[in-house]
Amino acid sequence: MSTDQLSQPEPTRRRMVGIFLGGGLLASFASFIYPVLRYLVPPAVVDLGGDEVVAAKLTELKPNSAKIFRFGSHPGLLIMESNGTYRALSATCTHLGCTVQYRTDLREVWCACHNGIYDLNGRNLSGPPPRPLDVFDVHVRGDEIVVSRKREA
Amino acid sequence: MFAAVRRWFDERLDLDDLTAPLRHKTVPSHRLSYWYFLGGITLFLFVIQVLTGILLLLYYRPGANEAFGSVQYIMTRVRFGWLVRSIHSWSANLMIFTAFAHMFSVLFLKAYRKPRELTWVSGVLLLFLVMGFGFSGYLLPWNTLAFFATKVGTEITGQVPIVGKPMMIFLRGGEDVTGATLTRFFGFHVAVLPGIATLLLLVHLLLVQRLGMSIPPKLEVQWTADPSAKREMKFFPNFLLRELMAWYVALGVLGALAAVFPWNLGVKADPFVSAPAGIKPEWYFLFMFQTLKLIPSKVWFIDGEVLGVIAFGLVGLLWLLLPFFESDQPSHMKRWITGLSVFALAYVAGMSVYGLLAK
Repeated sequence: MSTDQLSQPEPTRRRMVGIFLGGGLLASFASFIYPVLRYLVPPAVVDLGGDEVVAAKLTELKPNSAKIFRFGSHPGLLIMESNGTYRALSATCTHLGCTVQYRTDLREVWCACHNGIYDLNGRNLSGPPPRPLDVFDVHVRGDEIVVSRKREA
Repeated sequence: MFAAVRRWFDERLDLDDLTAPLRHKTVPSHRLSYWYFLGGITLFLFVIQVLTGILLLLYYRPGANEAFGSVQYIMTRVRFGWLVRSIHSWSANLMIFTAFAHMFSVLFLKAYRKPRELTWVSGVLLLFLVMGFGFSGYLLPWNTLAFFATKVGTEITGQVPIVGKPMMIFLRGGEDVTGATLTRFFGFHVAVLPGIATLLLLVHLLLVQRLGMSIPPKLEVQWTADPSAKREMKFFPNFLLRELMAWYVALGVLGALAAVFPWNLGVKADPFVSAPAGIKPEWYFLFMFQTLKLIPSKVWFIDGEVLGVIAFGLVGLLWLLLPFFESDQPSHMKRWITGLSVFALAYVAGMSVYGLLAK
């Protein structure tokens, strides 16, 4: 064997060693990074809100007024129209998620963030909202106003 | 005594060699030289932010139940707490303003062209970071305005196709803006962003140091044609002393603003109240806010928001890469870049004022 060959081992063997070393290093990096990436994603929260909630007492609202109630972890809007009928809508604007409010002067639902307007059926009338608000069912049970999610028909 | 200490260090570190670049550095002297101060003033305000931020950390408590109260405590009970917080808020706003002014001055003086492309890129990235600081810091007092600003801001992130939703959940620490969001934003604001900003700032300053100050193209042509017309001043001490004076003025303005117009705290955030009327983001986001407000909900078949977000993303990318479209010959400057700069300044300023005045 000449000195030339001694100083330059077979290229395939060197490449194999390189692949094993590099691969092992990459695999170990992956094993460091994977838990970190998983750690960054928050665990999903189970919404314990259920399908039904007491939104208000019967005496709480006057005609042509509204209040925000908690529906699980999200806000809902309970409206009493001038004629005494109740309506319940999701209070989360479909545009960028601000909390909407009832405008007694317009008798419409208004989002202050970007001037979105919905009617009392939750339909988006003007401004940026792309979709209507979710509509909930309203029942009066005793002296409580109960709001529930619409059953899928 | 001083000489002995100096000699001791000099024997070991060769101080003269170490400070040589500082002694050789010069700054071109012309009627637009004043614009060279803006970067330094921004740096100075950043240092103020770090110092007052550390002071606030001594009393601030992150968490949905405690944050508002702790800021209230800083402002009402801690001696000079109102001043420290007010300076932090004012300095943040002034810093964003001077950073924008610095950027536009670099643009109009054409300082971004070869060989300073990377200085520009690092600078634009720093501007984005500074806006990130503003966005994350704004939530920390946990008041109503900040709560809805964060809700809208993160929801906009969610509009980005494909990666938007996971990014929004990552930012919020869940589906909604809650105490988990506050904890995250606190972490971003006091650890993640300062770390990245410090590194980028070092790169930015090293590049400035390495490449020297840019000369506006017209002057460069004149000075190359007639070297005797060239005017410069030494960086140390001539320019530095002038810069220090500018810092002192900035400090005066800052102190006066903070003392005369203490920053408001607002009302504690409640996820179960309606967004208050007249809600607006901080002024430096207004031009984007107002644009999004003007885009109709549907453009052709695309959601208006998605269109706006994609458009701003593309413009941001173009902005970052602007120097790579520019010629390196002072006599061949691209006219459209100057046009675009004027348009950008007019657009940002115009939309901000419109957003401020619009109901």
